[in-house]
Amino acid sequence: MTIHRPLPAGQVGRSVPRLEARRKVTGRAEYVHNLVVPGMLHTKVVRSTVPHGRILSIDTAAAEALEGVYRVVTADDIRTVVPDPWYGPAFHDQPVLAIDKVRHVGEPVVAVLAEDPYVAAEAAQLVVVEYEPMEPVFDEIEAMTSTAVVHEVLKPAGTFPDLKHLVGRRDTNVALDYRLRRGDVDAAFAAADRVFEHEFKTQQVMHTPLEPMVSLAEPGDDALTIHTASQSPSFVRIEIARLLGWPENRVRVKVPYLGGGFGAKLYIKLEALVACLALLTRRPVKWSLTMEEQFYTITKHASTFRIASAVKDGHVTGRRCEVFWNGGAYADIGPRVTQKSGFTAPGPYDIDNVAIDSYALYTNRPPAGALRGFGIPQLVWAYESHTDLIARGLGVDPVAFRRRNILREGRPQATGTVLRDAAIEGVLDDIARRMDWDKPFDRGSGTTQRGRGIAVGFKASIAPTTSVAIVNVAADGSANLYLSTVDMGQGSDTAMAQIVAETLALRTEDVKVVHPDTDVTPYDMATLGSRSTFHAGNAVKLAAEHARDQIEALAKSLGLPPGSNYGPADLFKKKYGMQAGNIIGVGTYIPDYKSPAPETGLSDNVTPFWMVGGTGVEIEVDTETGHVRILRMVNACDVGRPLNPKIVETQISGAALMQLGFTMFENMDLDGGQVTNASLADYKIPGMHDVPDEIESLITEAEQHSGPYGAKGVGESATFGVSPAIANAIHDAVGIRLTALPLSPEAVFRALREAEGNTGTDAK
Amino acid sequence: MDASETARTIRFTLNGRPVTTTVESHLDLVDLLRRLDHFGARESCGQGLCGCCTVLVDGVAMSGCLTLAQLVDGRRVDAVEGLDRGGALSPVQQAFIDEGAFQCGFCTPGFVLMTHQLLERNPNPSEGEIRDFLAGNLCRCAAYPEIIRAVKSAASRMRASAAA
Ligand code: FES
Ligand code: FES
Repeated sequence: MTIHRPLPAGQVGRSVPRLEARRKVTGRAEYVHNLVVPGMLHTKVVRSTVPHGRILSIDTAAAEALEGVYRVVTADDIRTVVPDPWYGPAFHDQPVLAIDKVRHVGEPVVAVLAEDPYVAAEAAQLVVVEYEPMEPVFDEIEAMTSTAVVHEVLKPAGTFPDLKHLVGRRDTNVALDYRLRRGDVDAAFAAADRVFEHEFKTQQVMHTPLEPMVSLAEPGDDALTIHTASQSPSFVRIEIARLLGWPENRVRVKVPYLGGGFGAKLYIKLEALVACLALLTRRPVKWSLTMEEQFYTITKHASTFRIASAVKDGHVTGRRCEVFWNGGAYADIGPRVTQKSGFTAPGPYDIDNVAIDSYALYTNRPPAGALRGFGIPQLVWAYESHTDLIARGLGVDPVAFRRRNILREGRPQATGTVLRDAAIEGVLDDIARRMDWDKPFDRGSGTTQRGRGIAVGFKASIAPTTSVAIVNVAADGSANLYLSTVDMGQGSDTAMAQIVAETLALRTEDVKVVHPDTDVTPYDMATLGSRSTFHAGNAVKLAAEHARDQIEALAKSLGLPPGSNYGPADLFKKKYGMQAGNIIGVGTYIPDYKSPAPETGLSDNVTPFWMVGGTGVEIEVDTETGHVRILRMVNACDVGRPLNPKIVETQISGAALMQLGFTMFENMDLDGGQVTNASLADYKIPGMHDVPDEIESLITEAEQHSGPYGAKGVGESATFGVSPAIANAIHDAVGIRLTALPLSPEAVFRALREAEGNTGTDAK
Repeated sequence: MDASETARTIRFTLNGRPVTTTVESHLDLVDLLRRLDHFGARESCGQGLCGCCTVLVDGVAMSGCLTLAQLVDGRRVDAVEGLDRGGALSPVQQAFIDEGAFQCGFCTPGFVLMTHQLLERNPNPSEGEIRDFLAGNLCRCAAYPEIIRAVKSAASRMRASAAA
């Protein structure tokens, strides 16, 4: 394994245990889940039972009559505190409670409040809502042309200049169409020796953080405090202030630890309703979702990807990509996924002629947003399956074919942005070496066939985004870091403390990280898309350097020669005559960025950094049952220089194992828009027995020159290659190609029988 | 039925201390512990499928979300908060820290208690036995490889101190 040795000063690059480790093993870490506030009410929402329909009537009488019910609230009540109650990060398309119509099963329609959560739940059952069903649309391809229209008019938020052209567009389910054109694709296809064309699909899945989504709002005098399990406290503050028409500083958002996020707890979710309910009742209100309710709140995009390649002399000379993202009933951040991920759809290959069309679609499914990879795993699934098929079609070894076409440093990616600090080839090489790719491989025998597969992917960072950090050095030399980055398990508190410690020559354990509290901690765009290590990390480093400069200036002002070994504590004492005073360092970071041109989708600076990840697997297929067993899994990522190698390795294996679930079995079963398996009983997530016999995490030798101490994000990178690596290995083992996720035993079994000319009807 | 009609006074020990309290018939053990300011057992799936709510009742690991509070009357209840009663972490807790066997930590108390249970019954489990015993606990952060290492390390620490 290529692990870097710690840097000289030794704080960065050291595998410090998480700062909060003790609190977590003793059960004492703080989560909003645990929060109890005096006088608090609980709310339970009544959810839509139809996927698309007009609300004819709402009868709350029986619920109101139940003993212990404090109040029952509908959209009309919400409008008394927020006249225009539509929210969302990309589009203002989501009502706090349904207005006039519902757009998916499970949409909140009525809120019931009671001191006892059991009473609230019982009363919610007593509310009767009548609907006039409307024609629904569920499939992303059908949504392109269907007569069922989910939103009559598009309402993009003002925040994104590149969504402005969509304002007022009517009678379409296409929330965003992103296009990219580079080179002459038609000419490349006309001149090709061979053309390959495939279609790949992914299914709808859910994050299932084990701490279900939860928010609690407390009203004050002309103020509101929201405790929320959120990945984006700064955005919550801005959006709630916008809804209420208040200045930002009257909304206080506090976030302790999160029991997992993975993108589920981004932007604004439960906060708008609890804010309204707290203002309506003048009481603190807590809304805790059940595991089942999470399936109706936010999910990962199902998708269809049509990909075609022109190949000449063994090189891919042209590629056409058409991607359709099933965004469900509300846009959430889907339009950003469509664009930000869309432009990497041709994959990490050096292709001169590229055309991409990427469409965000509204349907009557539960909404889809960001889930660990922001659309990238869906894309890599398709382009790396496709790449493997091309190699096989040409009779070339899949790794050799990738090496021949791979995008190297200094070459332009599809957008025209030149690749820098992206160890794509390094990741591929590390995996191939580790798997002894060039050596003979035991292919099994009889009904147990073995195969292996490999896949690599890359991702641009969301841009342009800002992070601000404050470092406060106390009179004894210890330091507090004020930051709105959320530690949801990824270890950001520890990594950020390491950056402060390295810069100020402290021990990491002596840095205290103050958790997000928008009255105290400064702006951070959000904890998403593996942006924190790079963006917040750079801001933290700048803040620590700012503090260090002031300490040096203080020493100088006290007449001390440079390099004298007075510590900060001595300086404060010398200056103030006692242990007193502070030094405050502030850092703000926003990287350079150029938005893609609207017509061509091109930009010469489309991302501040690239994430790269890949996976290799050895698998065994039982040809009688279709069961696939993963014997070995090797994951490699370019993380720049790892700030904390042990936490990085856990992030790599954790991301890969999560994607393993999305690859092998996780699947939301929908029947008429209803999720029929919205429970961990029927929606299986990976457990102990799903961990491959051997799993390895490799940190590829690399450096991100613009990153803090050479580092960059890692939370998502190991998800990229998992699905196609496994499908490629199944193909290698038994000669069948699966083009839709999940790769269930049933799917493998049917494909095997079909390959034998037997459709498997006898086995039903 | 009015909840007060089904409320009953129960007595039990919680982490070694006697407790007397009145609980309604529908209340589960996780909610009871929350009323007593113990938050290490957490309800996630609410269906006995994830292990986040693990509590020991008379020394046996149970899903708190499926255990009615009234049923612990007269019994011994041990929650994760009791493990470091003496001020020091248990060897299992220390091993979880040393191996980095968690990310968000939401599932961790459940894994820690189940590991104690496993090592009490089997001081030297094989990897297969570890996987089998912990198969009912879920970790969405998928810290499983580190958890397996932590269990092995805790086992050898506990065997070493038992031998000493
Ligand atoms: S909450 Fe009890 S087992 Fe999941
Ligand atoms: S550490 Fe997050 S669920 Fe286990």
